[in-house]
Amino acid sequence: MDFSHNEIQSMLADSVAKFIAKEYDFDTRQSYADSDRGFSDEVWSTFADLGWTAVPFSEEDGGFGGGPADVMVLMQSLASSLVVEPYLANIVLAGGILRRVAGAAQKERWLQPIIGGRLHATLAFHEPQSHYNLASVSTTATQHGDTWELNGVKGMVPNGGTADLLIVPARTSGDNLDEDGITLFAVAADTKGVTHSAYATVDGLRAAELSLDHVRAEADTVLGNVGQGFAALNATIDDATLAVCAEAVGIMQVLKDKTVEYSKNRKQFGVPIGSFQELQHRMVDMLMACEQAQSLLMWAVMTRATEGDDCKRAVSAIKYLIGTEGKKLGQDAVQIHGGMGVTWDLDVAHYFKRLTAIGTLFGNADWHLDKLADAAP
Amino acid sequence: MHVTFSEDELAFREEVRAFFRDEMPGDIRDAMDAGEEIPPEMQIRWQQIIYRKGWAGVNWPVEYGGTGWSSVQKYIFAREEGLANAPRVIPFGLNMVGPVIYTFGSDEQKQRFLPDILASTVWWGQGYSEPGAGSDLASLKTRAEFAGDHYVVNGTKTWTTLGQHADWIFCLVRTSTDVARRQEGISFLLIDMKAPGVSIKPIILLDGAHEVNEVHFDNVEVPVENLVGEEGQGWTYGKVLLQHERTNSANTFHSEYALRKLREQANRSVRGAPPLADDRNFMRKLAAVEVDLKSLEYIELRTLAAVASGKAPGPESSFLKIKGTEILQAIDELKMEAAGYYALPFKADPSVGEGTETQSALSYFNHRKVTIFAGSNEIQKNIIAKHVLGL
Repeated sequence: MDFSHNEIQSMLADSVAKFIAKEYDFDTRQSYADSDRGFSDEVWSTFADLGWTAVPFSEEDGGFGGGPADVMVLMQSLASSLVVEPYLANIVLAGGILRRVAGAAQKERWLQPIIGGRLHATLAFHEPQSHYNLASVSTTATQHGDTWELNGVKGMVPNGGTADLLIVPARTSGDNLDEDGITLFAVAADTKGVTHSAYATVDGLRAAELSLDHVRAEADTVLGNVGQGFAALNATIDDATLAVCAEAVGIMQVLKDKTVEYSKNRKQFGVPIGSFQELQHRMVDMLMACEQAQSLLMWAVMTRATEGDDCKRAVSAIKYLIGTEGKKLGQDAVQIHGGMGVTWDLDVAHYFKRLTAIGTLFGNADWHLDKLADAAP
Repeated sequence: MHVTFSEDELAFREEVRAFFRDEMPGDIRDAMDAGEEIPPEMQIRWQQIIYRKGWAGVNWPVEYGGTGWSSVQKYIFAREEGLANAPRVIPFGLNMVGPVIYTFGSDEQKQRFLPDILASTVWWGQGYSEPGAGSDLASLKTRAEFAGDHYVVNGTKTWTTLGQHADWIFCLVRTSTDVARRQEGISFLLIDMKAPGVSIKPIILLDGAHEVNEVHFDNVEVPVENLVGEEGQGWTYGKVLLQHERTNSANTFHSEYALRKLREQANRSVRGAPPLADDRNFMRKLAAVEVDLKSLEYIELRTLAAVASGKAPGPESSFLKIKGTEILQAIDELKMEAAGYYALPFKADPSVGEGTETQSALSYFNHRKVTIFAGSNEIQKNIIAKHVLGL
């Protein structure tokens, strides 16, 4: 039994901590978030130079051969300064699909440049009607001889406005909610018929609505087998769920620490507000939520690494906890910071907003609790 | 990062699992499965089976007849015990006064008391709380006045669980009032329940059960050799004991067993009606408790791994107490909901309904105590706020 970081994980955590201490304070983060592309290309190159972009890929794919625990450490560490660079979109989402189903030539063409930090990619897993159901794919792909034609709309595509490559699940057979009949396409963002409208999300990140209108896709852009894309999509979203949960746990710990610290310094009625029992008990609840979340996250990561039977349950369990206890923790952090907690200038509000956004990503608490209700331990 | 056990630990787990499977008498198993209160005779019989196996002193050092197990082995034992739904040992002797005596007691006290505690031949009661000293334990008023070769004890202890069966009682008593802090001047005394001046009065709980008592001391003479450790240091000894009590309250694997049973029950159809599992609302509540319990299990494992790697256990015991008792109560609520109308009969009756439902509300009422005893959960939060958050 061992819950400590191994050598690689310690190295990752250390290198992220050093990077953040030196180059990524809160004001810097805000300036990147406010910039044209919503992140820093220079920082993204640094991620590639430091090898962080290679973590979850196998050695033959040019990666580290890391697993869910390594990604967890990275995401949790990056959360400490709310890093806005598109690790989730590029590495976890697009990279997750490519490493699972792309052929050798496709990996050479897309995955290598992604790992190298030269190509930005994302996964369009959501449509306006899908809610959280990954099988709700109504974008169609129709075959004409050697090529395909894609038509449809995708929503809330992470970093969809700056991605060079879009991975698009499209229906090649079956009905809207069928898991069978979903095919994954790699579509260059500048292909004729692809348009997007990009926007900022509440957490300071970026997303886009995507429209595919008579978009032509060559046969060599099909990732994996025709009609069988759901398994890779589902597994990739499970990975991504764990990744944002790790980020959430990192955020929760920051919020807890900042709140406790603030309550020791902020004086009202002549005493630190941390001396009030009502607030003390709330902060104990925050601490307990952090411990619960860290514990479930570790369970989920270990279960995922061994692909145990509990794998699905574990992902839903941690996501449910983040959606409930994480939400409460975020609200309490703001409440205990008082008026300052609701200002733009204080970082606490931004951690709270990201935590809130994560609550929705890849299924909210209700969605996952529903899955847990059906899944006997 | 992994939670796999070593070969040796796996072999140990098999041995423990086989013990609970093969050695637990059928009548005890049935009583536990019915959710009944276990009568003293059964309880002692079971503890002596464990004793004969050599496993009574789970936490005890080998020199006093304990197992000398590693923290991982203790965890495995607790896990198998819970998943087998075996009765938990009555903690007052084996888990409370025993460790105090072998840690702080004299050689004479060790020889005199430890063997009987280990063999469950002497029943101990706990004399901590008083009518005026509950969560604020340090305000206790029971006096022990030094009179040459003995103390004269006067006062009242309360909430003495199963004290009606107790042969002996360990008490925190005030030996001095001339102190700077209320935690000083408290001593740890061992008192024979048959001593003249000791009387006991039942307190009936809301479920109608006689489980706790008030114990009165009227000029009770207690020989000085029954003082544990130094006079005035009782608070320090008592705290050690309370940490055992709290970790013990996590109840993780008995809760896991209960949740499994509840899921089974929910999936059963009664007289051809749709099963309770068709009720999404119920199943979602059940799933939420399962998540909570899983997090508790992993918090325990992380604590265990930290202790195994040489870190001192800290206020985690408070944490485990809070979460463990909240989960226990949540399970009781679900059981009561699952029982529907058959939660309402006042006496548990296996011939009513499907067999176990009539116990559910009684357990629900009885277990309101768990967030109150061993230092209420609010007190635990005070402890965490002070010692972990530094507030």
